[in-house]
Amino acid sequence: MVRRNSLGRTAFIYGNYTLLALLSLLCIFPLIQVLAISFSSSSAAASGLVKFFPVDFTLDAYKYVATKPEFIRSFGITLERVALGVTINMLITILVAYPLSKDASQLRFRTAFVWLFVFTMLFNGGLIPTYVVIKNMHMLNTIWALVLPGALPIFNVILLLNFFRNIPKELLEASFIDGASQWSTLWRIVVPVSLPALATITLFATVGHWNAWFDGIIYMNQPSKYPLQSYMQTIIVARDMSNLSLDDIEKLKNVSDRNIKAAQIFLGSLPILLIYPLLQRFFMTGIVMGSVKE
Amino acid sequence: MNKKFKLGDYSLYLMLLPGLALIVIFSYVPMAGLAIGFQQFNPTKGLFGSKYIGFDNFKYVYSLDDTINVLRNTVSIAVMKMAAGLVVPIAVALLLNEVGKAFFRKGVQTLIYLPHFLSWVILAGILMDVLSPSTGIVNQFLGFLGFKPIFFLGTPSWFQPVLVISDVWKEFGFNTIVYLAALTGINPNLYEAAQMDGAGRWKQTWYITLPGILPIIILLATLSLGNVLNAGFDQVFNMYSPVVYSTGDIIDTYVYRLGMINFQFGVATAVGLFKSVVSFVLISVSYLLAYRFANYRIF
Repeated sequence: MVRRNSLGRTAFIYGNYTLLALLSLLCIFPLIQVLAISFSSSSAAASGLVKFFPVDFTLDAYKYVATKPEFIRSFGITLERVALGVTINMLITILVAYPLSKDASQLRFRTAFVWLFVFTMLFNGGLIPTYVVIKNMHMLNTIWALVLPGALPIFNVILLLNFFRNIPKELLEASFIDGASQWSTLWRIVVPVSLPALATITLFATVGHWNAWFDGIIYMNQPSKYPLQSYMQTIIVARDMSNLSLDDIEKLKNVSDRNIKAAQIFLGSLPILLIYPLLQRFFMTGIVMGSVKE
Repeated sequence: MNKKFKLGDYSLYLMLLPGLALIVIFSYVPMAGLAIGFQQFNPTKGLFGSKYIGFDNFKYVYSLDDTINVLRNTVSIAVMKMAAGLVVPIAVALLLNEVGKAFFRKGVQTLIYLPHFLSWVILAGILMDVLSPSTGIVNQFLGFLGFKPIFFLGTPSWFQPVLVISDVWKEFGFNTIVYLAALTGINPNLYEAAQMDGAGRWKQTWYITLPGILPIIILLATLSLGNVLNAGFDQVFNMYSPVVYSTGDIIDTYVYRLGMINFQFGVATAVGLFKSVVSFVLISVSYLLAYRFANYRIF
């Protein structure tokens, strides 16, 4: 059907493209400005001359950050927690989702088990009791305090178990008839056919561990054990402003190392910037899978 | 055959074991630990040695001037976020749906969900810089237009709007995904039929597109009810300061300061328990509504 666009329609199309382009820019401009500041000299950054391109281009800020032991150390701790955390996370999520994807005829009390897990999503002990438990388990100041408490995100379990349920029954039956156990069926059949869903969950787990900062702050007593985001929280955000006047705060900002902070902000978000577009296809299927079910 | 299946069943239970151990230790034991809220808790004496004082912690919190204010801030911030967070993604999804060029649509999508993946630590760092009254680009722009600089993060009347706008900015792109998926599910024949009947673009949007995604809108709105007491700890904690406590302090930050800074474990737990119980009721009601009216099931 051939239609000629009316004047109003044409205006709408151009307006729409412009609006959406502006919206996209709005989402990345703050980051671009941070990038520009990080490549500028500290005097140019402090005097607010930098807009969207570096002024007095220099790598000084990055050179400084590269020699900063706190930054390197916390970066290492984050890499460790991501590697360990995501592995444990995925393992336990798969191990829980598979049995729960079975019918009650194969797993007795299935519904009760599912509710036992789902209930932890609806109700929780809150900050203080959780802290007391972790303290009494002697996990403070260890990597386990960062890795274990969140090792089983129930939302991911639900996502995965719904995916597992949609795997054709014939596939599993064929495997059982060949004499395979549940264990080997899980690893040889179910996991390989679920790779898109697993990729989605791995992305969420990785981003989650990379971005986590609060657990580091409360469970680690020494800043030397902070993961990167906790460390950044203390240098970028947390300042004791309680006994400063507004003028003081402003002065403090002006003499501060704006370009160095910018460099650290950019380095702290770089890994995420690199992986999220690659996995876009996967997480789109994942989100849709999780929220719109027939 | 029969024997084999039984054995298989055992392995299924074994698989559940590590997960069960985790939720017992890190979810159910802390729930039992909520008893701290009814104690004059002393960390050295522990849960069983501390003195039981009934509802005294609750009475004490209720007597504090800050408490009502904190509750009001929490609900006001959360409700504004819920409303804006519902409308903006729908509007953007509808606009994106009108875009014919696939590469443009993909490009816009990729850019608008970038902020979702960054932590509030990073974003607060960026926002502090961008909103700074002296060097921030927003105030430079306002100055260019002839306005005086505004200390957005240090002015109580500005703080809540800044929270809501920056939260929508972070999340709207990601939240359009679900609506875009729903939009692709609308039967194209409906549009053709409407065109035959002479319906213009507006009428098609109003009578076909919106009703087509209405179920998912209602579903997500219902499910968001559980967030009435969730004003966003990560965001507020990284952006607030004592100057804006009057409008920016929320339940979660209040609990943090009571417990981790002032070491009033019993009082902090009491406030946390209040929040957990109210949230639990709200979430249960919203899930029940979603189940009744949208046939939504989580598993």
